[in-house]
Amino acid sequence: MSRPEIRVSGLHKSFGDNQVLRGIDLEIGQGEVVCVIGPSGSGKSTLLRCVNLLEEPTKGQVFVGGTELTDPDVDIDAVRRRIGMVFQQFNLFPHLTVTENLTLPQRRVLRRGKAEAAGVAAENLRRVGLAEKADAYPSSLSGGQQQRVAIARALAMGPEVMLFDEPTSALDPELVGDVLAVMRMLATEGMTMMVVTHEMTFAREVADRVVFMDGGVIVEDGTPGQVIGAPRHERTRHFLSRLLDPAMAEVEEETSDQVGKSE
Amino acid sequence: MTDTETPPLQPKKRGLTRRQRRSLSRGIQYAVFVAAVTAFAVVADWDRLQNQFAQADIAERMFPDVITLALKNTVLYTVTGFAVGLALGMVIALMRLSSVGPYRWLAGIYIEIFRGLPALLIFIFIGVAVPLAFPGTEIIGGTYGKVALALGLVAAAYMAETIRAGIQAVPKGQMEAARSLGFSPARAMVSIIVPQAFRIILPPLTNELVLLFKDSSLVLFLGVTLEERELSKYGRDLASQTANSTPILVAGLCYLLITIPLGFVVRRMEAKAQEAVK
Repeated sequence: MSRPEIRVSGLHKSFGDNQVLRGIDLEIGQGEVVCVIGPSGSGKSTLLRCVNLLEEPTKGQVFVGGTELTDPDVDIDAVRRRIGMVFQQFNLFPHLTVTENLTLPQRRVLRRGKAEAAGVAAENLRRVGLAEKADAYPSSLSGGQQQRVAIARALAMGPEVMLFDEPTSALDPELVGDVLAVMRMLATEGMTMMVVTHEMTFAREVADRVVFMDGGVIVEDGTPGQVIGAPRHERTRHFLSRLLDPAMAEVEEETSDQVGKSE
Repeated sequence: MTDTETPPLQPKKRGLTRRQRRSLSRGIQYAVFVAAVTAFAVVADWDRLQNQFAQADIAERMFPDVITLALKNTVLYTVTGFAVGLALGMVIALMRLSSVGPYRWLAGIYIEIFRGLPALLIFIFIGVAVPLAFPGTEIIGGTYGKVALALGLVAAAYMAETIRAGIQAVPKGQMEAARSLGFSPARAMVSIIVPQAFRIILPPLTNELVLLFKDSSLVLFLGVTLEERELSKYGRDLASQTANSTPILVAGLCYLLITIPLGFVVRRMEAKAQEAVK
């Protein structure tokens, strides 16, 4: 591993009395693909949102590419340009066409010229396989296509790091594959990626490391073979068994650390 | 006891069925309506009404001034008032949504005051109090400026609330997506949020335009020259000159000339917005 592209240390985050993150330490190297898994309410989405400061950490530090985001004097807009983010609900701009979704941020934020922005947009739409949808509006696209446009929109800004917040959770099952294919392509191209996901197949085959979170802490961190293949902790085993075979789960009491902010 | 105490679940076979009762009730409603219209038509003195309100020669004399002067001024007052109201309303809406406490309070106070006062009082205030408070200063554009300001002040309070609701109706994820792409909060608001908010509030904003169109008649409380008269003032002046109310009727029809098509446009937009939601 070369120098860490993302470094999180001693990260705490509370929403009122609800402690969602209780001391997270994590390093992600350049070109590494890390999948974060865990039950809902475990804080994995909050952790991801802290990495580009969409959520303000209560305590602790976040570094991306050597810049400390938690420094109060940091130009957060400048740092965010280097961090691409993909949301569960796509969040495309519905009043703009697909191409405009890609060109407007480039022109307004990066001050790129019209021709350059259009060129970058076309190139990235081609990468995600949606060149022919350039003039469509988001509402006319399927969920899978919208998510690929959202990825292209983030890529058009030339990010060094990509964050994915459950990118396939809102998709119909048959559309998941297209989005994962794009993410796999990015991974093989050497993009540094942090992916919150429930797609165990993707985690197993594409991730360099898998991080299992529960109750606001990292329980296990290792290669997919270690964490998914041979989990050392009972909580990991329990989660994986429920995820891989949900029909076999039994009714159980809610425990307090599983009840967190709903995602 | 001979009668049963609980009513039977099935209606009795004799008497009216539900359907028959419904059509009977509908029939009675129509009969009352027709009777009322007939009574009105018979009792009203149509000859005198026609004399007073529908003199063709007086109506003829009003043209083309009623259009080229009065209607033109009405439209001018409305459009400038709307522009001032929209700009001011936008500022107040953003203040109302600001994270800075004093901005929110100021905006709240403004909205409460100007929504709570009759537009008439604000016209009088602009016409009397402003020249008193700032002697020697002239509001730019003379009467036109004063009307735009008075109408704008009133409209801004209503529009601020409409714009605020529109901005809040844009999903939170839109702001998050914009921020994560590196937009500053202000730039995200201008480039991403406000354009979407305006799509949502176009119908209520157009309604506001119709209301302003009618409120522009209050300009007569500012004291206007002959050249600055709008529809209501023009109609009243001519009515007293001719000792006949025909000009009032013509002025009224001129308002409808604008408001009815506008209302039609609003309904079209609302229907389209409904469709877009589906």
